[in-house]
Amino acid sequence: MLDLSYEAPKAKTIAGAKHDWEMVIGMEVHAQVSSKAKLFSGASTQFGAEPNSNVSFVDAAMPGMLPVLNEFCIEQAVRTGLGLKARINLVSAFDRKNYFYPDLPQGYQISQLYQPLVGEGEVLVEMGPGIARRVRIERIHVEQDAGKSIHDMDPTMSFVDLNRTGVALMEIVSRPDIRSPEEAAAYVSKLRQIMLYLGTCDGNMQNGNLRADVNVSVCRPGDYERYMETQDFSHLGTRCEIKNMNSLRFIQQAIEYEARRQIQILESGGTVDQETRLYDPDKGETRSMRSKEEAHDYRYFPDPDLLPLELEQSWVDDIAASLPELPDEKKARFIAEYGLTDYDASVLTAEVEAAAYFEEVAKGRDGKMAANWVINELFGRLKKEDHDITESPVSPQQLGAIIDLIKKGDISGKIAKELFEIVYKEGGDPVEIVEQRGMKQVTDTGAIEAAVDEIIAANPAQVEKAQSNPKLAGWFVGQVMKATGGKANPKAVNDIVKAKLGL
Amino acid sequence: MSIDENTAAKVAKLARIKVEGDALPALAAEFSAILDFIEQLEEVDVEGVEPMTSVTPMRLKRRKDVVTDGNMQDKILSNAPDAREGFFAVPKVVE
Repeated sequence: MLDLSYEAPKAKTIAGAKHDWEMVIGMEVHAQVSSKAKLFSGASTQFGAEPNSNVSFVDAAMPGMLPVLNEFCIEQAVRTGLGLKARINLVSAFDRKNYFYPDLPQGYQISQLYQPLVGEGEVLVEMGPGIARRVRIERIHVEQDAGKSIHDMDPTMSFVDLNRTGVALMEIVSRPDIRSPEEAAAYVSKLRQIMLYLGTCDGNMQNGNLRADVNVSVCRPGDYERYMETQDFSHLGTRCEIKNMNSLRFIQQAIEYEARRQIQILESGGTVDQETRLYDPDKGETRSMRSKEEAHDYRYFPDPDLLPLELEQSWVDDIAASLPELPDEKKARFIAEYGLTDYDASVLTAEVEAAAYFEEVAKGRDGKMAANWVINELFGRLKKEDHDITESPVSPQQLGAIIDLIKKGDISGKIAKELFEIVYKEGGDPVEIVEQRGMKQVTDTGAIEAAVDEIIAANPAQVEKAQSNPKLAGWFVGQVMKATGGKANPKAVNDIVKAKLGL
Repeated sequence: MSIDENTAAKVAKLARIKVEGDALPALAAEFSAILDFIEQLEEVDVEGVEPMTSVTPMRLKRRKDVVTDGNMQDKILSNAPDAREGFFAVPKVVE
């Protein structure tokens, strides 16, 4: 495997008053399962519906209602686990996590504490060419989401919408292997990318379909290595958990702030209290959620409404056989098969649709050239108009035809860019456009020679200058290109000019 | 195992059940009695015995990913003491 050559990034250090500090980060990422119906009811998961319309009596916790498991949600979570190279537990079970909150009508969340569906896995988080952090996944469990409370519609009341209540979530729990705010953001991005490839979560952070709790602690250099050697947490500092963030930028800001806050406490002789905190993006700080502390005595116990979940190995094997090529493998293949750079391969595999587009263009063509055109011209142009690849007005066949025209020598690179712009704006067959608009490159050396002769004859003073200073020959090349409307083959022009001037 | 009045009060609070101070000693005593019984059960050697989750051998019921329920805002809200504009309205809870 290609990833054997990755080197681990350096942990971020923060200079303290007496010595340096390092940060240690573990994350719990909550990813909404892409499914039509909820985890234990037949109500819709559609976002943006009328409040309390996607709610069944099960979700509203009416007396006597019983949960019935949506098998597809389990399939999606297993698929995610397999995508993270994780062990799938053929026997798992659901537990009740008890707490009171207006958006949780049951008074408990159905989750999996004791026997999660998915066990240990790992994610490779690239931080630059040849540099990557291997983040260990501890577990993934399946659980219900809570509803949504809105606090700003009335001065004295909170408004509760249960549409989200009971939607399936995957909680992906990492080991404390993340060592900087940037790595934390890259880790979430990588999980998002993998789940988008798998089709198990839509990754929409703005809608809250992907959000994270972040555990942050600080330690002195060397402590972390001692922890890794022994897996003994006593080498690490006391952690604080920052809850429920749905922005990569806020995640990074919150970690940075929290690490500095803890360092300040420790350096002034204090101790860090293990607690739950909330990040306030307006103030740029984290603050304690003390009120939650006592309420967080969850009194977990096995949910008596649900039997243990037993899976057949053959069912899991079928899912494994249906997994698509994942980002790491695709990237490695692009490098090996098309001779791309690490960077280009990363850009092209960031989204599965873009990767498929590229492969369509590269089919039977020069891979590097295809990559250049897709990344520099197409992506650049799409970005200008805030379009994504699925909205590209230029099809892979059209872009491929443009590349073929360059390769055949019919058009120069410069003309090709003009052609691309025409195809982007007006559409049409690039080959026909080149014919109809007379954009074909002049490779006929006779015609070029004639043009060169004409310009040399008209500019005797320039000829003299160029003969004493060969660098000035470029002026003639420019003139010939102008005279031919940019259609002359630049290399041919260059050669002929040099020959005619006797350089 | 003995449960004191403070623990009984905490459990009541977590369960959102109002218990007056003079009812706590009796409650604590009942908790203790229950836990004593559990302790007695723990004397049984269950080494190597799978926990029983069902009396008859049954497989966990599953359903397909199909929307079959919902679209009854009025019924969902009909028991709410206060509902406005399609939402449950509750005393302000904000962190």
